Amino acid sequence: MDEIFGFPPQLLLAQIFMGLINGSFYAVLSLGLAVIFGLLRIINFSHGAMYMLGAFSAWFGLQYLGINYWLALILSPLAVGVFGLLIERTMLRRIRHVDHLYGLLLTFGIALILEGAFVHFFGVAGQRYPTPDALQGGINLGFMFLPYYRAWVIIASVVICLGTWLIIERTKIGAYLRAGTENPDMVQAFGINVPLMTSLTYGFGVALSAFAGVLAAPLVSVSPYMGSNLIIVVFAVVVIGGMGSLLGAVITGLALGVIEGLTKVFYSEAAGLVIFMIMIIVLLVRPAGLFGRPE
Amino acid sequence: MNRTIVFYVILFLAAMVAPVVLYPFLLMELLCFALFASAFNLLLGYAGLLSFGHAAFFGMAAYISSILMRDYGWPIEFGLLASVLGSALLGLVFGWIAIRRSGIYFAMITLALAQAVYFLAVQGSGITGGDDGLHGVPRGNFFGLLDLSEPLILYYFVLGVFIGAFWLIQRIVHSPFGLILKAVRDNEPRAISLGYDVGHYKLLVFVLSAALAGLAGSLKSIVFQLASLSDVHWHTSGEVILMTLLGGMGTIFGPLVGAGIVVTFKHSLAQGILAESLPIVMGFLFVVCVLVFRRGVVGEVQAFLKSRSGNGIERDVPLEPPQPKVSMKRRR
Repeated sequence: MDEIFGFPPQLLLAQIFMGLINGSFYAVLSLGLAVIFGLLRIINFSHGAMYMLGAFSAWFGLQYLGINYWLALILSPLAVGVFGLLIERTMLRRIRHVDHLYGLLLTFGIALILEGAFVHFFGVAGQRYPTPDALQGGINLGFMFLPYYRAWVIIASVVICLGTWLIIERTKIGAYLRAGTENPDMVQAFGINVPLMTSLTYGFGVALSAFAGVLAAPLVSVSPYMGSNLIIVVFAVVVIGGMGSLLGAVITGLALGVIEGLTKVFYSEAAGLVIFMIMIIVLLVRPAGLFGRPE
Repeated sequence: MNRTIVFYVILFLAAMVAPVVLYPFLLMELLCFALFASAFNLLLGYAGLLSFGHAAFFGMAAYISSILMRDYGWPIEFGLLASVLGSALLGLVFGWIAIRRSGIYFAMITLALAQAVYFLAVQGSGITGGDDGLHGVPRGNFFGLLDLSEPLILYYFVLGVFIGAFWLIQRIVHSPFGLILKAVRDNEPRAISLGYDVGHYKLLVFVLSAALAGLAGSLKSIVFQLASLSDVHWHTSGEVILMTLLGGMGTIFGPLVGAGIVVTFKHSLAQGILAESLPIVMGFLFVVCVLVFRRGVVGEVQAFLKSRSGNGIERDVPLEPPQPKVSMKRRR
């Protein structure tokens, strides 16, 4: 078999693989959005800014504090998670009882502040983050060259997504969380500290986003606007998947990444549009999203 | 009633003499954005639909009128008309897709659709001029009578268009149609149970809002002789939300006040050392507004007047900020 649809299989596989990497980021980011949405009922517009913050803190740590990649992979999400916790405590909590659209507007404002501040201090030009030594190079699989780092990104993303899913679906804390999603007042009445759980959930959601940011740092240039362009696509991913199911969010994210990668082969001009197109089709056919429950 | 008329007359006179005191181009920018915000407020304030993609209509109309007037030599009246029709059509498509969901999803869908338009504008740099934008749009003569290259004449022309559009918005808000919109905003299930075709009303107001936003964008491109990518960027969508929120959504004059504040901020920052930190200031305004100031300037003033004498000028806004019905409720 020399060609598939008139294209050499090497090219197709390489693009599917590239798509999987983008898909991993979509998956981790939309998973974080879905986790936050479940309990707080808001869409976190600053998710992209948190992703940027994760990448930037890794870069900053390496540049000025000598924190290596592996440490940053733990420390950056932690730091950003604590930052998110503070935001929830000081701001989001105060608008819990008004319309949830205000949450979107508030987090939009926070995203503007964060991005503006980073442009002010670091400029719009991107910073380079080196690939960690252990993951330099790659392996020739015969049909394509596989850089180790890219393989690592996909594996790490899938592991973190599955881990999150397991925590929420299979542990006691996860059970509290799911109960809180259904009826927070009742859970509170059973003696669970729901406000604390809400803060931690928001912190965890943005930490996921920061984790994705650190993963992305060696692949893309670390710049203040790296998150905002991504987050709009992730919103479309979330609309397509619907936020009813966490695993659904992950699968949708990965699948859309692959579809986007394939579009690059067949009709590269439309690659940036294909996810929006799919969103339109899904809305027309199944408005609640692929995994969503009808409103 | 008399007080309202007096208020309008004073406002009109102030607008007539304003160019004596203030730079006409600043005033025109203000009028364009005030119209943009008023069009947006029609959707958010009166129908409870938060669109995060209004820059698409604003920018699309700017491109349409710039191309038609500059490259095809269309006169301004047809350029304006075509761009309004174009953005109404785009609004019809957006609305038809987006009203399938409500609340937060509606905001995300409109944002994504507008991003697709932005992407097309970047991609089609042969038509839109890409990063450079379209420069040197001729202003021409209005019906061959008014020479619009004269700043003062241009100002009165823009003011005239603004007053016409503002009057239209006012009529829409106070018409039976506007009242049904408010009913949909405040209690959608009830409006449905009363027999109203809610989707139909939402779509119509979306198209109206898009068309008026287009008029604003087209005017802006004529005033500044420029249509650029920043007109379609999501920052512009955010800006118009901020104007409406800051001035007071669901009030007639709120968007005007909000546009005034934001445009003034933009100009005063542009000269200082804080030039590139405008997004920080805007973000900060967003946060403050949402946390402590949800009724906006005009909303707060109205609430104050109402609590003092029960005799405010406008009585559109309920004491609580309008709460668009979000269908994802916590409790069933």
